[in-house]
Amino acid sequence: MSVLGAVSFAEDWWIQILKSLLIFAFILQVVPLILLLERKLLGRFQARYGPNRVGPYGLAQPIADVLKLLSKEHSTPRTAVPWMMAIAPVISIAAAVATLAVIPFGDRGTWGDSFGLYGIDVSIGILYFFAFGSLAFYALVLGGWASGSKYSFLGSMRSAAQLISYEVAIGLSLLGVAMQAGSLSIVEIVDAQDTIWFVVPQFAGFLIFTVAGFAETARPPFDLPEADAEIVAGYNTEYGGMRFGSFFMAEYIEVIVISGVATAVFLGGWHGPGPESLGPLWVVLKMFAFIVFFIWIRATLPRLRYDQLMSLGWKVLLPLATLNILITAIVLVAF
Amino acid sequence: MTQRWNPPERDMLSVQRGPEPGGLGGAYRTFAATLRGLRTTLGRLAEEPVTIEYPEEKTPVYPRFRGRHKLHTFEDTGLEKCVGCSLCAAACPADCIRVVAAENTPDNQVSAGERYAAVYEINMSRCIFCGYCEIACPFDAITMGNDFELADYERSDLIFTKEMLLSDPVERTPLRREGE
Repeated sequence: MSVLGAVSFAEDWWIQILKSLLIFAFILQVVPLILLLERKLLGRFQARYGPNRVGPYGLAQPIADVLKLLSKEHSTPRTAVPWMMAIAPVISIAAAVATLAVIPFGDRGTWGDSFGLYGIDVSIGILYFFAFGSLAFYALVLGGWASGSKYSFLGSMRSAAQLISYEVAIGLSLLGVAMQAGSLSIVEIVDAQDTIWFVVPQFAGFLIFTVAGFAETARPPFDLPEADAEIVAGYNTEYGGMRFGSFFMAEYIEVIVISGVATAVFLGGWHGPGPESLGPLWVVLKMFAFIVFFIWIRATLPRLRYDQLMSLGWKVLLPLATLNILITAIVLVAF
Repeated sequence: MTQRWNPPERDMLSVQRGPEPGGLGGAYRTFAATLRGLRTTLGRLAEEPVTIEYPEEKTPVYPRFRGRHKLHTFEDTGLEKCVGCSLCAAACPADCIRVVAAENTPDNQVSAGERYAAVYEINMSRCIFCGYCEIACPFDAITMGNDFELADYERSDLIFTKEMLLSDPVERTPLRREGE
């Protein structure tokens, strides 16, 4: 139990393995669906159909995509470092999947007293999320550098700069919530939203988290690391086949993770009308809504220029997040 | 910013400038513009897609659309209108028409004139669909049809013979109605 000393509650080992397998399988099944949802919705946002040729209503499109990626060959440029190029997608997807562990779908006792509906409830849940979020960017930097290509290198440099600028803002935006809840454990933060969701008292924090979260996942309008109009495909220019697929998948898992964290930290997690056993449904619904918002933003906003990205991160989000923390602290101490 | 606006002089164009970026006003305008953009894209969701699903659904063409050529016959006698004069071949800028003429005999009366086209070939892979052949023809024997789906697997299949040009095309292209 010494390793799990930081954990307030831990199940039997076999339940933990079962849970991790279940979460992994569930998310892996959901990723292609989100892929399809994104392409379909993006199409409708632009007054076109989106994929509708493979299978009824184009439902088999993700399967076709994955099959295509699986059957493609890997090519390694002469200037690349092959083994580093090979492990970069592994790190990327491992970091993304590891973050899933702290996303709570329900409390302990929602569906049974012997287990909680989350991977693990660590007392430093938010720090854990940051740690693995940064590791995901490390994979992009490594992959881009090891590719031995200028476009890849530019992309990875951009992702490093983006990580440094926005990790600060996203951390400070969550700090306000942590102060109000008095805990870094995500489960306890959700518990603290029993009466009111943190999106109301921490609205500024929520906005900052949303903007910085888009930057964290390197999604439009912050997709500078892979800005296809400027630097081909950034860090994954030299990648093909399922290695590219892994990066791609990691990006979508990151989207799920950010949606999950936003749901848990700001949108009240499993709290919602109806009996408590419906909690996981609420979590999934809220995450779904957040993912749709991700796609909506992607359909709307153009990519930021590089200097705009930097000035937004350092001159707008960081001061705002700091101000938000200051005000939260003053309010917490004064009242 | 603080400069007063003066009416433009005679050799000056009037220039309208947007507000300076940055500052609180800039942040407000950016936020408002983002929301307007979100509303615009959301509006698209409610609309029908403008996509025309091509192989199943075709865009109708105008009646004067210049597509695949047709050779014509007289409706009453069934004789070919083409007399093998090669004016179309002479007018063709892409040089894709080949005509070999032969004499009509009483046993073998193919066209209404003295001679007929024994060979009439159009190489569709070279044709630029300019319609000069149609203009050059003194008997309206060749006209441009409306079919545009001419893709094939072999270059040699794109050389259309007289029989192919005389027969009605298998696939018909939808015609645009009046006012459409």
